[in-house]
Amino acid sequence: MGGLENWNWFLDGWIIVAGILCAASTALLGNFLVLRKMSMLGDAITHAILPGLAAAFMISDSRSSLPMFVGAVIAGILTALFTEWIRGFGKVDEGASMGVVFTSLFALGLVMIVQAADHVDLDPGCVLYGAIELTPLDTILIAGWEIPRVVVVLSVVLLINLLFVIFFLKELKLSSFDPALATTTGFNATMIHYTLMTLVAVTAVASFETVGNILVVAMFVVPPAAAYMLTDRLGRMLVLSVILAIFAAITGHISAITVPHWFGYQSTSTAGMMAVASGLLFVFAALFGPRHGIIVIFVRRQILAWKILAEDIIALMYRIEERDPQQKPDVNYLRDILFSRPVPTQLTLRYLTKQGQIKDTNGAYELTETGRDMARQLVRSHRLWEHYLVEHAGMTAETIHKQAERLEHFTDRDLREKLNADTLETDQDPHGRPIPPEENSD
Amino acid sequence: MRAFALVLLVVSLWPHSFILAATDSNEIQTQKSITDRSIAIPEWNDWKRVFLLQDYNTRIVILGTTLLGMSAGMIGSFALLRKRALMGDALSHATLPGIAIAFIIATSLGLNGKSLPILLAGAAVSGLLGIGGILLIRNLTRLKEDAALGIVLSVFFGAGIALLGIVQQMQTGHAAGLESFIYGKTASMVASDAWLIGSAGLTCMLISILLYKELTLLCFDEGFANARGFPVVLLDMLLMGLVVVVTIIGLQAVGLILMISLLVIPPAAARFWTEKMAYMSLVALILGALSGMIGSAMSAIFPNLPSGAMIVLVATAMFLFSMVFGIPRGILIRKLRRHQLNSKVNRQHLLRGLYEYLEARGLLNEKQTAESTFVPMSTLLKMRSWSPAKLKKIVNRAQRDQLVVSLQADQIRLTKAGLLEAARIVHEHRLWELYLITYADVAASKVDQDADAIEHVLEPEVIAELETLLVRQSTAGVLQSPHAIEIQQEKANGHQSGTRRAT
Repeated sequence: MGGLENWNWFLDGWIIVAGILCAASTALLGNFLVLRKMSMLGDAITHAILPGLAAAFMISDSRSSLPMFVGAVIAGILTALFTEWIRGFGKVDEGASMGVVFTSLFALGLVMIVQAADHVDLDPGCVLYGAIELTPLDTILIAGWEIPRVVVVLSVVLLINLLFVIFFLKELKLSSFDPALATTTGFNATMIHYTLMTLVAVTAVASFETVGNILVVAMFVVPPAAAYMLTDRLGRMLVLSVILAIFAAITGHISAITVPHWFGYQSTSTAGMMAVASGLLFVFAALFGPRHGIIVIFVRRQILAWKILAEDIIALMYRIEERDPQQKPDVNYLRDILFSRPVPTQLTLRYLTKQGQIKDTNGAYELTETGRDMARQLVRSHRLWEHYLVEHAGMTAETIHKQAERLEHFTDRDLREKLNADTLETDQDPHGRPIPPEENSD
Repeated sequence: MRAFALVLLVVSLWPHSFILAATDSNEIQTQKSITDRSIAIPEWNDWKRVFLLQDYNTRIVILGTTLLGMSAGMIGSFALLRKRALMGDALSHATLPGIAIAFIIATSLGLNGKSLPILLAGAAVSGLLGIGGILLIRNLTRLKEDAALGIVLSVFFGAGIALLGIVQQMQTGHAAGLESFIYGKTASMVASDAWLIGSAGLTCMLISILLYKELTLLCFDEGFANARGFPVVLLDMLLMGLVVVVTIIGLQAVGLILMISLLVIPPAAARFWTEKMAYMSLVALILGALSGMIGSAMSAIFPNLPSGAMIVLVATAMFLFSMVFGIPRGILIRKLRRHQLNSKVNRQHLLRGLYEYLEARGLLNEKQTAESTFVPMSTLLKMRSWSPAKLKKIVNRAQRDQLVVSLQADQIRLTKAGLLEAARIVHEHRLWELYLITYADVAASKVDQDADAIEHVLEPEVIAELETLLVRQSTAGVLQSPHAIEIQQEKANGHQSGTRRAT
């Protein structure tokens, strides 16, 4: 692969480690943001950090990281607080109050930075896109090892987040899924909320300082959203989101190095490509998720639609036969009554023939013995339902057909027995047609 | 004029610059470097030039940003009511890859990659794709709006950054100007930009005025609009299309990230001033126009203040002002109303307490006696969960209105007017209690509390209706209480109504 020949284990290795640490610690908290429908908060916080950085610089007059870190975290927490206040006191919709707060803080930050630009090389560009590529250049010595400062900071953050999630899993779960219950069962949901917000701010600042805010926002939301498409269980979602985030970090860096080479360019932004990689992962998860995937849902609906069409066809043929045993309907006749499209109708007819439920005699169709049995049960369900709806749901004979049409496909033998008992075993539906017996009496 | 300049400096919310300008002025005069970014107080001439729009450039910029603020405010108010406030945010981020791709394609075809129409076309296409993505995620998966916005925003922006990384390596053409899309550089706006903003913005406003009724219905009652046969999906797409157009024409002026603020802040501020949609969009339009105008004027006067950010900060200041002082929805007016209601409730409780005290002792038959009977405050304290200080305040206020007379420290009595008022209040309270017992099946022992919650906000018409509804049980002026009244005992349990808000 082009580009990989320049791979340097020291440089690229540390970049990937930093990416993984950042992705894992953000994804971990992001699960709760997604579940609490607060996904945009990560975005708001990362934008609003700017004035915190600038203020910290102006007050401490240094670029050392601790004051900057503290300033940014405070600004991040303030974003969450201000949003809550404006929403509460001003009765402004959540999204709007967030929009007001973070754009204002961002603008304030820009003004402050432009004013301070003489004294500090706080490049807004770096703040926005991050400089994960520069990670290995800023190292500190720990136990004789030269470790990038970022890696140390992010490891600590990851550890804190991990401990928080492990120790407060039950509380987080309850307050994410049912805040009202969480409050009434006695533990402090507000406390959990603000701890979570503080950790989100800390994580955002720690990652943002080095990898930029796009990556932070992407990792807060995208891997957890993808994990949410794959599972219904919180525990699995947490694990999956971290795995997906790590995967996105690795593929992101590799593709940042290799993909531009295919088009004759040098490597591009790792942070940007990590976001893109996680986006692609999300698309896959959303399409192919086992229960909630778009394709799975689509296929399930198609199969149901075909099953219903097949049932409609044989039930219709039963009714035709009931009226005039000699009439053998053809495709067009069936389609005219069912309003079905040509291709699915043809396919369904072929399927029914293959199943041995209908016979094809020169384009005209008739029910076989098995088909007739099936159809009789459907028609019986339909007419029992009609009867039931008139008798017990107070509907008039004119309005019941549609309802019964829907219900008949989901009615099994047990339910039919119950309906039969409930309708006092009548043998006529409200339209005066006979309700066929369960078993063929012939 | 100097004082005004100082005020403006403080408004610019940057204490540091103020200190710098005050202390380092000598230094600034001696060594004025090109990188000097401190804010010097402008000369009178500078003010005049801006206010009289003497500079061609200033004219263009102020006109452009004002028009932008107008259209963003108007379109934004529909988006805000539709709870799509952050759509502009997602959208403005989603335009970045389109800008980069448009640049790459145009340059490789030998065209000028930085020509505005080409870049804006790219921005529009990827912005629309972003909206499509948001709609797909929201409608086809079980994720909600917020996650859809977050995903599209971050992934598109990431892609944009990655593409910009490539653009910067391109041999042909300089990509440096693309950065301005992120921060905006209003100061370099030229006449054609202002024309573009003006014509596109006015078209958007015209469309929203023509479809005003439909869009309003869409914002307030989508279901109803659908039932009435309005093409809801089409209208929704139209509204988002308007947001796209406004966002894109604003990119150049205030930048990608700050564009959202023009779509959100003026409408959110306007919301505090009115309950009506038409007024809201009008107020938002005016506030947006003022933000653009004042913001860019300030950045023209103080050349080191970035205009995009200044426009936003002016809008924020207006928002805060509206949130506090707005009528009828601002914080202050709501606080005031609540305060009024609370003191009304407290006074009614005081009067009722006094009345019931007298009634329980049979002192009411001769009104004269009642007026001259003093009630010890300590008895009243036991009836409600009032603190002595609070009771004192309530009594003082009632005394000012000549409803009670307080003789010594803890002795009060009703005046003639006070007695009349008390009788009315007690009567209403008991009417409501009776109603609850008769029609709502509330037990007589519980009814006192329930009545407390509502009686203070009953309209006169409701009282009249209650009177006719309930057979008068007493021939005297005041109804008999349907339950025993225990004056001397502790009534603190369950009687928080002194502080309870009547909602």
